[in-house]
Amino acid sequence: MNAVLLSGVQKRFGEVHALDGIDLEIAAGEFVSLIGPSGCGKSTLLRVVADLEQPTSGTVEVGGKTPHRARLDQDYGIAFQQAGLLEWRSVVENVELPLHVHGVDKAKRRVRATELLKLVGLDEFAGSRPSELSGGMQQRVAIARALAPSPRLLLMDEPFGALDEMTRERMQAELLRIARETEAAVLFVTHSIPEAVVLSDRVVVMSPRPGRITEVVTGERPGADQDVDDVRESGAFFAAITAVREALRKGHP
Amino acid sequence: MVGRARTLVAAVAAFVLLVVAWELVKLVLPDDGVVIGDTRILPHTDDSAMPHVWTVLGKLFEPEVAGAADARTVGAAVASGALFTLGLALGGLVLGGVLGMLLALAMQRFGLLERAALPYVVASQTVPLIAIAPLVAGWGGKIAIMGWSWQPWASVMVISSYLAFFPIAVGMLRGLNAPDKSDVELFRTLAAGWWTTLLRLRLPASVPFLLPAVRLAAAAAVVGAIVAEISTGTRGGIGRLIIEYAQSATGDPSRLYTAILGAAALGLVAAGAVGLLDVGLRRYRGSVR
Repeated sequence: MNAVLLSGVQKRFGEVHALDGIDLEIAAGEFVSLIGPSGCGKSTLLRVVADLEQPTSGTVEVGGKTPHRARLDQDYGIAFQQAGLLEWRSVVENVELPLHVHGVDKAKRRVRATELLKLVGLDEFAGSRPSELSGGMQQRVAIARALAPSPRLLLMDEPFGALDEMTRERMQAELLRIARETEAAVLFVTHSIPEAVVLSDRVVVMSPRPGRITEVVTGERPGADQDVDDVRESGAFFAAITAVREALRKGHP
Repeated sequence: MVGRARTLVAAVAAFVLLVVAWELVKLVLPDDGVVIGDTRILPHTDDSAMPHVWTVLGKLFEPEVAGAADARTVGAAVASGALFTLGLALGGLVLGGVLGMLLALAMQRFGLLERAALPYVVASQTVPLIAIAPLVAGWGGKIAIMGWSWQPWASVMVISSYLAFFPIAVGMLRGLNAPDKSDVELFRTLAAGWWTTLLRLRLPASVPFLLPAVRLAAAAAVVGAIVAEISTGTRGGIGRLIIEYAQSATGDPSRLYTAILGAAALGLVAAGAVGLLDVGLRRYRGSVR
């Protein structure tokens, strides 16, 4: 079954045509990035999938359900540009939050959260306060939190946008490993062309006014036996970057 | 702990400084004050206007009724009055706190209510307390619930809560609305309802706003209780003592100062009680982000 299925999706905010004629399928376990200039509707598209916005017309399915049902069933996890950790909770308690909200008992959620902190490499910071962590570490906690209910889909809205370049590349490698280990599909919004290319199976290029999909470029997501840094230096990587850049220019003359 | 000790030392030093300044003024300035032409620019400093600190302290150990050897001392009268008023002020603080919090919750839940009620909440504090006090006493006097008839002290508590609810309602409302839109959306994606979002997000986030509000409210509750005692003529509290002692102030000025000391001590105890709350909620006290 598809992780996400969008057909003929349109979204208007009054006179503004945020999304128009969006058709997109994301397969189970697939990594898809949305890229485009500001105002192209990429965040809106992610929010439609997350049931934070209602499409004006068209149909949306998340794992074969309506987005509303999928949200209630915790079928997706979400991470925003700001980590958004709650300062009065320790790191491990922040990861537990989705399970806490859903009434999972304390012992069970602690086991799961500890496991996830290990996955993002922060198990020794379980008892720390969020403000004691660096920006990159906080974002890793936010990703662990998004993964807490074991979702089949991860929605990420520029999660690394506020990080410096070195941290960002390390986080990309982390995310690739996590996506591989959890086998979750990822819908990833970004402004960075290299980021989109190195992470994704497919890069969806969008253009503004109205927000449309102009082209889909095959990304260079590394396989299990490949090293991310090798991919970043490969010819195919640069070719894909060029392809995305040209698609962006075509959509925005 | 070092910070706390330092605060204590600073507070004691400030008190000593005040006493020294008081005595210095008495020592240096002429008893008749300073008059230039027909304009008095500094007040009298003689013993009837500014009694010595030791006279005031000594007064605490004198009997309240002169000549009656077995009568209680002034100090005991002031202490019992302050304790009585403290009880009413704390009652007013709790009552006002609960009402203020409920009002803030209702205003947060229903935006229409916030727009409708907030101007009146603000306006309520501009109505002079001494105008409201007799009204409350008047209304209360007509109430009798299941054999319990309204007591004057209940009027004092209600009037005190009238001052205390305001900072709490306003502070709490700000705190409940403090979480970022993205935090609220995160809870929405977690399929958390209003109640869960309140419990796990809005209430913890409101604590840094609530604590200073409670501190203001505690001071307001004490002032409210004293003013209410005076304007409703309630017996037993420090407000009544202030009136009684003020009447004898021309003959015995130091007595009035003992009542003022009592009122000040009362305020300190109320503020200290809020400090305990501060310690209990330490985990939530830091900034939201």
